[in-house]
Amino acid sequence: MENFTPVSALIGGAFIGLSASLLLLSLGRIAGISGIIGSLLTPGRSGAPWRLPFVIGLLLGPFVVMIIGSALNAAPPEITIEASWPTLVLGGLLVGFGTRLGSGCTSGHGVCGIARLSPRSLVATGLFMAAGAAVVFIARHVIGG
Amino acid sequence: MLFPLVGLLAGLLFGIGLTISQMVNPEKVVAFLDFGGIATGTWDPSLGLVMGAALLFAAPGFYIARRREAPILGDRFDTPQRRNLDGRLIGGALLFGAGWGLVGYCPGPAIAGLAFGRMETVIFVAFMLLGMLAYRRLTAPGHDIAYGQ
Repeated sequence: MENFTPVSALIGGAFIGLSASLLLLSLGRIAGISGIIGSLLTPGRSGAPWRLPFVIGLLLGPFVVMIIGSALNAAPPEITIEASWPTLVLGGLLVGFGTRLGSGCTSGHGVCGIARLSPRSLVATGLFMAAGAAVVFIARHVIGG
Repeated sequence: MLFPLVGLLAGLLFGIGLTISQMVNPEKVVAFLDFGGIATGTWDPSLGLVMGAALLFAAPGFYIARRREAPILGDRFDTPQRRNLDGRLIGGALLFGAGWGLVGYCPGPAIAGLAFGRMETVIFVAFMLLGMLAYRRLTAPGHDIAYGQ
């Protein structure tokens, strides 16, 4: 477990949880990224004035971390994407279609749904974790190795 | 005026959290999903801890919300009410999980990841949006589609 980063995981997770609490207690909305993006893509559904600013904030968040990080001489975030271009295409389509069909992703089901003990979200989170693990297992240990 | 500001702040917190926790790095997500790595010592439990901490800070919000009539700024809590398990939930979660495992991106980190200017991220997000649009095209108007979660 040489790559395990418990401190940054806990601090980052706290920010995500605070975001979900803020959105719920102030506006009464669920911080589900796939639902927010899906609504922005749907004419007539994007009327809620908080969704586009949320996505802009989501995009600006990494810049805030990088600016503060460089002032503290911290290393910039490391990004490693191993997927080939055809895999990126297939993965993107599956994530986009699947999250809309299943009404949520890691944030909506995995964080907000479990936080409110929704049985649908508990099942969905177990299933997408299992499917992800199965795909990684096949790719790394059956095909790859 | 307050709604867009709160939205921006919530998005910022979310993006900052994804970056600090390194969930914007697909390799780190795949290393969590690689449970085969438990035996070889390469497993990275970080994602589990991120979700745990997020739950710890989200659960009190949902607990307080249950005891309130309405949110501070809005007129009502807009949380999903359905409790039934159906084929769409199950099929959708399985398809999403498969795509997540293939690349290591789910929607939040993919959008936030655009900040790092990688062409791979742009391709993934473009086809993720296409997948969402395809879903909308395939479901008839008036169909019971749950937004927001």
